[in-house]
Amino acid sequence: MIEQQYIDLFEQFRSELDANSVEGINRHRDAAFGTFRQIGFPTSKQEDYKHSNIARAFDADLGLNLRNIPIPVNPYDAFKCDVPNLSTYTYFLINDRYYDEKGPEEALPEGVFAGSLQTFSEQYPEQFAAHYGKIADYADNGVVAYNTMFAQDGFVIYVPKNVTVEKPLQLINILRGGVDLSVNRRLLIIAEENAHVKLLVCDHAVDDVHFVVTQVTELFAGVSAQVDLYELEENSVKVTRLNNLFCVQKEKSEVVTSGITLHNGYTRNNYNFRLEGEHAEAHVGGLAICDKTQHIDNFAFLDHAVPNCNSNELFKTVLQDKATGVFCGKILVEKDAQKTLAYQTNRNLCASPDAQMFAKPQLEIYADDVKCSHGLTTGHLDDEALFYMRARGIDKEEAKLLLMVAFTRDVVDMVRIDSLQERLSMLIDKRFRGDLMRCGNCNVCK
Amino acid sequence: MTNMLKITNLHAIVEEKEILKGVNLEVKPGEVHAVMGPNGSGKSTLASVLAGNPKFEVTRGSILYKNNDLLEMEPEDRAREGIFLSFQYPVEIPGVSMVNFMRAAVNEQRKFRKEEPISAGDFLKLMRDKRELLGIDSNLVGRSVNEGFSGGEKKKNEIYQMAMLNPQLSILDETDSGLDIDALRVVAAGVNKLQTKDNATILITHYQRLLEYIKPDHVHVLYAGKIIKSGGPELALELEKRGYDWLINP
Repeated sequence: MIEQQYIDLFEQFRSELDANSVEGINRHRDAAFGTFRQIGFPTSKQEDYKHSNIARAFDADLGLNLRNIPIPVNPYDAFKCDVPNLSTYTYFLINDRYYDEKGPEEALPEGVFAGSLQTFSEQYPEQFAAHYGKIADYADNGVVAYNTMFAQDGFVIYVPKNVTVEKPLQLINILRGGVDLSVNRRLLIIAEENAHVKLLVCDHAVDDVHFVVTQVTELFAGVSAQVDLYELEENSVKVTRLNNLFCVQKEKSEVVTSGITLHNGYTRNNYNFRLEGEHAEAHVGGLAICDKTQHIDNFAFLDHAVPNCNSNELFKTVLQDKATGVFCGKILVEKDAQKTLAYQTNRNLCASPDAQMFAKPQLEIYADDVKCSHGLTTGHLDDEALFYMRARGIDKEEAKLLLMVAFTRDVVDMVRIDSLQERLSMLIDKRFRGDLMRCGNCNVCK
Repeated sequence: MTNMLKITNLHAIVEEKEILKGVNLEVKPGEVHAVMGPNGSGKSTLASVLAGNPKFEVTRGSILYKNNDLLEMEPEDRAREGIFLSFQYPVEIPGVSMVNFMRAAVNEQRKFRKEEPISAGDFLKLMRDKRELLGIDSNLVGRSVNEGFSGGEKKKNEIYQMAMLNPQLSILDETDSGLDIDALRVVAAGVNKLQTKDNATILITHYQRLLEYIKPDHVHVLYAGKIIKSGGPELALELEKRGYDWLINP
């Protein structure tokens, strides 16, 4: 059994796990462990994981840095983000640990906390207890249970009532290690009533070892809160990234998220949204560009629990070489959720004959006065458009590239930070031209 | 004067069906040729074969363009060598802006001539000049290529691209079909302004209407994959009066 080594490890090193974390986080381990023992990691025998055998990723000799042995790196030297004109409050996680040698130079608005999960649990025990482990449900998700068992630190943004953080925050996740590692990281985003915040999360693997990363993000959007969360993955082919976002939205809140994979190995994104206050709006986007034998699996579950909410999903995949893509979009409209508007779009481009895409929409509607739709297409590059461009003298490869970049356009348009939109357009263009290295501008792997 | 284009005994198939069955045509610099004929006679196939559309396969015959074997050239190389096809059905390309599209096309042409890429300023000026020359509404170029354009806008956009690329041999495939009279005037005026003694135009049409605005030097009737009659401008007028029947069933 693949799980056994992790069960043994947990039992054997429980005291060290606790000693290197804090009570608020430790408190959740036992229940998660109980669930994990029962359900284990998902395998392709489960319908929702049919094309992604997650358990296999853990069938390896992975280390866990439970004692928080310091990894020698100064992220400011290792990584310089070169997003032009994107001025952000910048933070770092090295593997699962908050890097606190130096915070951003500019002070955040009063009352806003951004930093280590451990620190937050001590400084804001009430807010921590109200949300940590409360939004991420692991009853049927062994990866989230595993993460909750082993999580020791992570990153928090807390924005109190009526506070707007104008400048976006940027969290840079850096994966480092001398041996193959299992990294378990937590993110917590709390936007109280009428709070506004935008976060960009960038994922970079620096060392050439295997990483199996579980990330659990809990996002709470209070009444009339506005939260933007953009995730940009530029990992190496040796990274397995198991990303789980859980979002709860109160009345009139608005959440925009987009997960963009430019480089990866094996990625599974689970997006779970629960709209539980009326007139809440969720815009959920995703874009993946995969080649070689890379794998992307986007799974989205949108739960309309109350009337008058809107959700809009847009997922796009570009597959080259022998890459495989999976999309599953579930929309649940509960019995009383009248006047729901829920739209789901999934478009996939197989740019090579060996690329494979598996896509499945699932709508479960128990209310009778709703508007729900889904559109799903998987196709090749448009031959007519290619010829039209060639007939104007544009090189065949260049024409393909322009069409592929064009295909990604509307996901980029969802991003509500202009300078980030520009940056993404440039990165996507470079990505298709093969000019993008593993990390945008990383001094370590140069 | 030497030929710019020489088509000899051209046979072409699409989806295993032979459409062109031995076309012969010679075009010299400075000339305007009209190729007319009823629907299904092979006019658009001829245009597509000249531009190099991979859907069509040439089975016999030859095409010499500026004394080179045109059939050996990729579509993009034909364009860079000065061939321009105005599409009967211009393709919509969502997400590719007209500006990026035109810049890519202009720069490919410059690269081919071993020139530096055009500067941003010169490019904007070129776009503005050609727009003014043709009297085209500027909002066409601010949009994605042909996306959501009306029929008339698409055809004007073809002529606009032609003006930007300044071709030596322009092939206008049914550019007049589906146009209202104003759009037809804009398109015809554009073609006339761009015509010089060094370049040539092949107009493919089954109406006489366009020929009221653009005067051809030669008129050809294509029927069942062959040119069955050639003449001067007076042939178009005769076709307008008598139709094609007298030629098809003499």
